[in-house]
Amino acid sequence: MAEAERKDTPEQAEFRQYCRDWLAENSPPETDVRLPLTPLEIMTTDQLHYLQDWQKKAYDAGLVGCDYPVEVGGGGRNDCQRVANAEMQAAKTPFFPNVIGLGMAAPTVFYHAQEGKAAELLPRLFSGEDIWCQGFSEPGSGSDLASVQTFAEQKGDKWIINGHKVWTSLAHFAEWMILLLRTDKSHKYEGLSYFVVPIREALGKGVTVRPLIKMTGETGFNEVIFDNLEVDDSYRLDAVGKGWQVAMTTLAHERNAGQLVTPAAGGRVQQREGEAQSGFGAMSLVDLARNSSRNGKRAADDPVIRDRIMQEVIREEGFKQCRRRARVQGLIDHPMRIPLQHKLRQSELMQDMAQLATEIEGAASSLYIADENAPANGRWPLGHMNSFGFTIAAGTSEVQRNILGERVLDLPKSK
Amino acid sequence: MSQPQNFGFGEEETMLRDSAAKFFADNLPVDQLHALVADESDPHRDLGAKWKPELWQQMVELGWTMLAVPESAGGLGMSSVAVAALCEEAGRAAFPSPLLPTINSTYILAACDTVAANAALESIVGGAAASPALVNAAGSWQDADTDVEFADGKLTGTTAYVQDAQKVSQFLVKARSASGLGLYWVASDASGVSLQSDAIVDLTRDQARVSFDGAEAVEVSSDALAVLEKAMPAVWTMVAADMVGAGEWELQTTAEYARTRKQFEREIGFFQAVKHPLVNAMVDIDQSRSLVYNAACALDHEPDKAARFAHMAKASASDMAIFVSGRAVQFHGGIGFTWECYVHLYFKRQNHNAVLWGDGAWHRARLADLLMGAAA
Repeated sequence: MAEAERKDTPEQAEFRQYCRDWLAENSPPETDVRLPLTPLEIMTTDQLHYLQDWQKKAYDAGLVGCDYPVEVGGGGRNDCQRVANAEMQAAKTPFFPNVIGLGMAAPTVFYHAQEGKAAELLPRLFSGEDIWCQGFSEPGSGSDLASVQTFAEQKGDKWIINGHKVWTSLAHFAEWMILLLRTDKSHKYEGLSYFVVPIREALGKGVTVRPLIKMTGETGFNEVIFDNLEVDDSYRLDAVGKGWQVAMTTLAHERNAGQLVTPAAGGRVQQREGEAQSGFGAMSLVDLARNSSRNGKRAADDPVIRDRIMQEVIREEGFKQCRRRARVQGLIDHPMRIPLQHKLRQSELMQDMAQLATEIEGAASSLYIADENAPANGRWPLGHMNSFGFTIAAGTSEVQRNILGERVLDLPKSK
Repeated sequence: MSQPQNFGFGEEETMLRDSAAKFFADNLPVDQLHALVADESDPHRDLGAKWKPELWQQMVELGWTMLAVPESAGGLGMSSVAVAALCEEAGRAAFPSPLLPTINSTYILAACDTVAANAALESIVGGAAASPALVNAAGSWQDADTDVEFADGKLTGTTAYVQDAQKVSQFLVKARSASGLGLYWVASDASGVSLQSDAIVDLTRDQARVSFDGAEAVEVSSDALAVLEKAMPAVWTMVAADMVGAGEWELQTTAEYARTRKQFEREIGFFQAVKHPLVNAMVDIDQSRSLVYNAACALDHEPDKAARFAHMAKASASDMAIFVSGRAVQFHGGIGFTWECYVHLYFKRQNHNAVLWGDGAWHRARLADLLMGAAA
């Protein structure tokens, strides 16, 4: 933080002070609502409304969309969003609920939408009044995203959409969806096009949203079925057949934005990056081991458990030090080598920590969240299962390894 | 004290690293290294050290053995991240020399803070090479263990696993005296010192059991435990730096092979059974490298955390070295299993490095004691 401040431009320095003052005066109100661990686990309208109110307040104060032009509802500033983010993180505010809107839809709409659309759509996206969701994956298209089959057929200046999207987080609350689909069945990549679709107003009129229950027993994501949904051609982004290029804009922002790629394994209260040492980090496994009886003995005295915990402590420190080294010019060989490891490293670390936590708990790890005797309210078996959401979503660990092997080690491409 | 965000790795460090990389690449590329150290494949070969003393002389003249020597003792007093960068390059080249044991000796001597230790440092500044002799015949990595005794100015007993013993002129010996555990400076050609070379796996080093029979020695510290507690983190960190460099050579060499070797009409790097473990190797190397520079930076800027960070670096590097070396041989296939393929030089150096000054499990056990308290 101190170093970032020293490098502030005059505009950033002034804005930083403004953010600090505003946050000191406007801390989000206390609430009885149990807040979810990540934006993708918002389950109730109470949770949603609390978080939406906070996002609107922050937007009205100029802390959201700072670097977008004023004409599309932004703040018209230069490189100030990260200043606002750092100050909001320092103030330990809640997260914004419109995570897909902010992280993926906004830049995509901004760069690719037809004239006037960004000014129409982005202000309510930034304020959180319109929640957005993402229609990419399908039952038959996971890692091989370009194989999507949802189809749009042109009729005059309208398109008729039919198909089936899955794993759509927030769709049950969303007004809008960013939608990757097919307009030509004879070409894989060149046959793709990209739309924004007002799904809320079309519910029951060509759009069905059904909750998918996660393996944990919780809700949070959905499937969305399109049955002859008619949308205006003005909602198409970029040219027909350019959908893959538009999707690359979305995915690039997704990987940098770091919301979906921030694992919740073990259920960290704060999902912000760089807080690996907070209450749910590897050192919390030490506390768990001190307080857990495993095979009738204190887990913290078991040499195998001690070794395993230290492995995770070391990986966690390694993760932190890799982020630090990635910014040191003299100590990196390839500019993308460490950044591209980030999601893989973090999601697998969190998964292995949660798994180890269940091992530390021993027999008691069989008790789940509904059992009053469950240690830590069943958080670790829950977190272990939820961690797979992060090793699968936003490019599975296997896809991440392909990307790293091909882009950094220059190995032959898989496709 | 806190660490600078960039590890203190600036222009001076970058220049040193680049000139070291050039020196090793120009003077002993891997084909010449192989010709030098692997000229004889018979495990019962002669145990004479295979190295280039004239190159070592140049390294001494470049000042590389006095980087970590304080300016007050006539050294360069450079940052530990600079020293780590040099060790990383020496590891990348699998370079046969007493660089690592000499640098490690300078860290231990600098921690002694005595007139005698300063004189020893000055002799290293003057060109002497040295090796710490801290391990007993049972192979104990514990600071308190030794089979050597010091009385009436003379050492008696045996120390084992002494690195590059044939290449150095001085040993820094841990021994028990009437007043406790001390450290002693003894010439390798002093009367009463005898070397019995080990037939080791690693072709890029030599190793010996060193026996003392009333050998005259100078006490450089009468409190070895305090000195080693302070200096061993540097020793662990510099070995780990060597391992990171060697691991990166294995990764790049194996990736190059996977890009060119064809089977089933494709380059083998296409197959995920090869591609994914190579990525795992890279992830492990990057973790170790980051932990090495964090530990090196802590030596200068955060000494109260240097031990924990050095345990992390060496534990990480030891596991990495074994994994990456195994994949390097495996993915070279049949040729990787032969003497003519250069990979075995690194496999051997890395597996040796893995057990130098404590293996992964030992460092994790010590780290657990630091972070969790001793087990009941």
